[in-house]
Amino acid sequence: MGFISYAFPILENNQKVKTTKLQLVMSKNADVIERDEVVIRFSGDSGDGMQLTGTLFSDTSAFIGNDLSTFPNYPAEIRAPQGTIGGVSGFQVHVGHSEIRTPGDYADVLVAMNPAALKANAQWVKEGGTIILDQDSFDERGMSKAKYETDDPVKELGLDGYNVIWAPISSLTKETLKDVGLDPKSILRSKNMFALGMVYWMFNRPLTYTESFFEQKFKKKPLVIDANKKVLKAGFHYAETMHHMTPTYKVSPADIKKGTYRNIAGNQATAWGLLAAAEKANLPLFCGSYPITPATEILQELAARKDLGAKTFQAEDEIAGICTAIGASFAGNFAVTTTSGPGLALKSEAIGLAVITELPLVIVNVQRGGPSTGLPTKPEQSDLLQALYGRNGESPVVVLAASTPSNCFQYAYEASKIALEHMTPVILLTDGFIANGSEPWRVPSMNDFPAIQAPVLKEKPEDWKPYARDAERLARTWAHPGTPDLEHRIGGLEKDELSGAVSHDPENHQRMTELRAAKVKTVENFIPELEVEGEQEGDLLLVGWGGTYGHLATAVNELNKKGTKIGFAHFHYINPLPKNTEEVFKRYKKILIAELNMGQFATYLRSLMPHFDYVQYNKVQGLPFTVIELESKIENVLEEI
Amino acid sequence: MAEDTTTFTAKDFKSDQEVRWCPGCGDHAIMNAIQRALPQLGVKKEDFAFISGIGCSSRFPYYMDTYGFHGIHGRASAIASGTKVANPNLSVWQITGDGDSMAIGGNHFIHAIRRNIDINLILFNNEIYGLTKGQYSPTSKLGAVTKTSPFGTVESPFHPGELVIGAQGKFFARSIDNDIKLCQEIFVQAAKHNGTSVVEVLQNCVIYNDKAHAYLTDKEHKLDRRIVLRHGEPMIFGKNQDKGIVLDGLKLKVVELGQDGYTEKDLLVHDAYEANPGIHLMLANMKGPDFPVAFGVIRSVSGKYYDNEVEKQLKEVQEQASIKSVDDLLHSGSTWDV
Repeated sequence: MGFISYAFPILENNQKVKTTKLQLVMSKNADVIERDEVVIRFSGDSGDGMQLTGTLFSDTSAFIGNDLSTFPNYPAEIRAPQGTIGGVSGFQVHVGHSEIRTPGDYADVLVAMNPAALKANAQWVKEGGTIILDQDSFDERGMSKAKYETDDPVKELGLDGYNVIWAPISSLTKETLKDVGLDPKSILRSKNMFALGMVYWMFNRPLTYTESFFEQKFKKKPLVIDANKKVLKAGFHYAETMHHMTPTYKVSPADIKKGTYRNIAGNQATAWGLLAAAEKANLPLFCGSYPITPATEILQELAARKDLGAKTFQAEDEIAGICTAIGASFAGNFAVTTTSGPGLALKSEAIGLAVITELPLVIVNVQRGGPSTGLPTKPEQSDLLQALYGRNGESPVVVLAASTPSNCFQYAYEASKIALEHMTPVILLTDGFIANGSEPWRVPSMNDFPAIQAPVLKEKPEDWKPYARDAERLARTWAHPGTPDLEHRIGGLEKDELSGAVSHDPENHQRMTELRAAKVKTVENFIPELEVEGEQEGDLLLVGWGGTYGHLATAVNELNKKGTKIGFAHFHYINPLPKNTEEVFKRYKKILIAELNMGQFATYLRSLMPHFDYVQYNKVQGLPFTVIELESKIENVLEEI
Repeated sequence: MAEDTTTFTAKDFKSDQEVRWCPGCGDHAIMNAIQRALPQLGVKKEDFAFISGIGCSSRFPYYMDTYGFHGIHGRASAIASGTKVANPNLSVWQITGDGDSMAIGGNHFIHAIRRNIDINLILFNNEIYGLTKGQYSPTSKLGAVTKTSPFGTVESPFHPGELVIGAQGKFFARSIDNDIKLCQEIFVQAAKHNGTSVVEVLQNCVIYNDKAHAYLTDKEHKLDRRIVLRHGEPMIFGKNQDKGIVLDGLKLKVVELGQDGYTEKDLLVHDAYEANPGIHLMLANMKGPDFPVAFGVIRSVSGKYYDNEVEKQLKEVQEQASIKSVDDLLHSGSTWDV
């Protein structure tokens, strides 16, 4: 189930590009419109290189100091039939002068490399927006593959009044490269760089970053470097020459905190957060996993980190993934396993084993649309109840959720710290949206992160019992095989409260069940309180969790500008909940819970705190919320109060 | 070795837990043999880890005073793999049965072998599900009448040796529960082999499949029905040591010494170290009445083993690496300063 996706960083070898060294290219001929933010969507066939194109545009924007957020949206098939709607791959990026929290609802500019891409994406362009089309692809064959009913795509899709730019991208690419000595297939493959060049001109972006990317990427193929540079420039100059491209936009650098920045995608941040925790805990990292979309990049990222001593084990299946991790945890490594919904289902029995053996383990679940295979490449938040309850027996685990691509680092670190210090499995939920999305991130220093102290035993204390626990966390000690005099046995049969020996005693089972629950519950004493953005009390509290943060926060922000005041609380700690949750909820008349499922967090909150007035807003379309629909839902709920 | 391991005896490996296998169960003898083999290995007591799945045999770790992990059904190979890769210094033993490793855990079993992870996998084969009280297993003989096959099974059994060799196994041995000495000898060899060592121990379940291996334990005939293979020795067997195995074309054949002109010189000499699995497979698959059943170390081929390769790769990469810490990593690749 592996999928290819783009991954940062694309410049290697510690190459640093400083903002000040970049030449800003400004057009003299065109009107320049200053914009606070713009949204651009690149779309084409899944073989057209749209993920790379979008990534290069994002990186360039980041380098000149914009804040940004990206959303790659690609089909489940690696190469779906060419030219069809099913094979359309897209990459949306939202760049801005102010803080950007979402990839944007609708695009100001759409690049569509073929008729199918236009058809699939036209509805996502702002009214009157700009659409750049590869004119050459709109031939009879292309139109019929995309199943147009007329020969006028603009009219058919209702795009009159839009700024549609017909550019002969394919033929101009061929013309540009006719003398460089590349084969026709390779020539045509670089047409995405022509389109990128055009967009660079429109947005006043320098070519420097992209050119150095070519130099790095094709180090051993000077011909390819040259060809790509040529095409990029050709696109840039074409746009400059064509007056129909006016106006151009300027998005000034964002006013952001000083520091060293990098772009980071959620899966990469998760992997790095796990590495950071292993380093802080002074334990080797072991990741037992099986490739699954959209979680695979975490395993890939860790597999590349042998330099930091990470051991990755690509197992024969999901069950072996977690079981090798459990075996490694028993042996004294910091063990993790990574997966997505169907894989989490396969791992359930083994998670129960980690619960009863009280071994530290982090299970990262990058959610996708379900049930069954569902929508492998599309985001959804529908594994929440599975994470909380999807096991046999009374089997509580700690559940956390990251909410942005970059804070996957922080929550992977938090999940690890809790697992190691509390001797418990922890499920970290992310989703395809934040896992594949990326944003600039101010690089933290490891000195700023709290210590991680797992209760590892180096020698035998007096009267040691394998299942005796500390009063504060109710965590047992961790005696690694290889340590003299601490030989002991653990396993899936119920344990005696102290010795850990097999026990079928009824009273003991009752106590152990309660202890395991209490152990998870005491985690609430070690996590931050729930914070409310906006109104601290009043009519409505908007509640979210996980990867919807950017959209919810932006919606609240927009409403705020219009004078509509509400509170907003976003959960990162799901089990246990922050201690002050109930106190926060009491301050509002209604609680509106917005989530990308049919109401799983709402169900959970109702079961714990049934006495509040909850309203749900749910969506399951394999797509994130839009800010616009959230605003309108919130306004409707407010009207009813 | 910091410690004199030779001072350990079998007794030191017995835990304080009451052994709960049925009286007369073959498991007792196998454990006895393992406890006797361990002190011979020069491994510190704290460096042993016994890992099991589910089933009668899988209770084994509880009875050993070593580090132990009683896992979940079928997953012992995966747990053991993780333990060994996490700490290659450990002597990791997987205890499993024919249900645990041939049915629910079949996938993990073959992949552990394919990877050649340095674990010792002791497969107790009693051809029945004992802990669930008598259903047929993947090694039950065709036609076996059990609680879930009241009219006899209609499916062919797995032959563990064949499966091991099919999965590119480098070490396969067979023994039987009532021959403690042979078991002990084989366990020592299995432990010393680098890579996955699979030992099939034919084990008698006195309650649900009693006398499943009676053909091989029958006092009168057993020596004519089994052959103990030892590397470098000619393949002779029989009560009177008068039978042998020769290669006849592409097949094995049993001959009587002194008849048809056959002498000891004509017999196959066992070569457990031969990489080509052809003859090993034929030896592993021999069965009565035409052939003796092969005991002993049938195949023992050295080669690269996973946990060692992992360590080598880590070391190689780390020696060349420019990234030495997470801080280095965070600042690697393309970054920019604001």
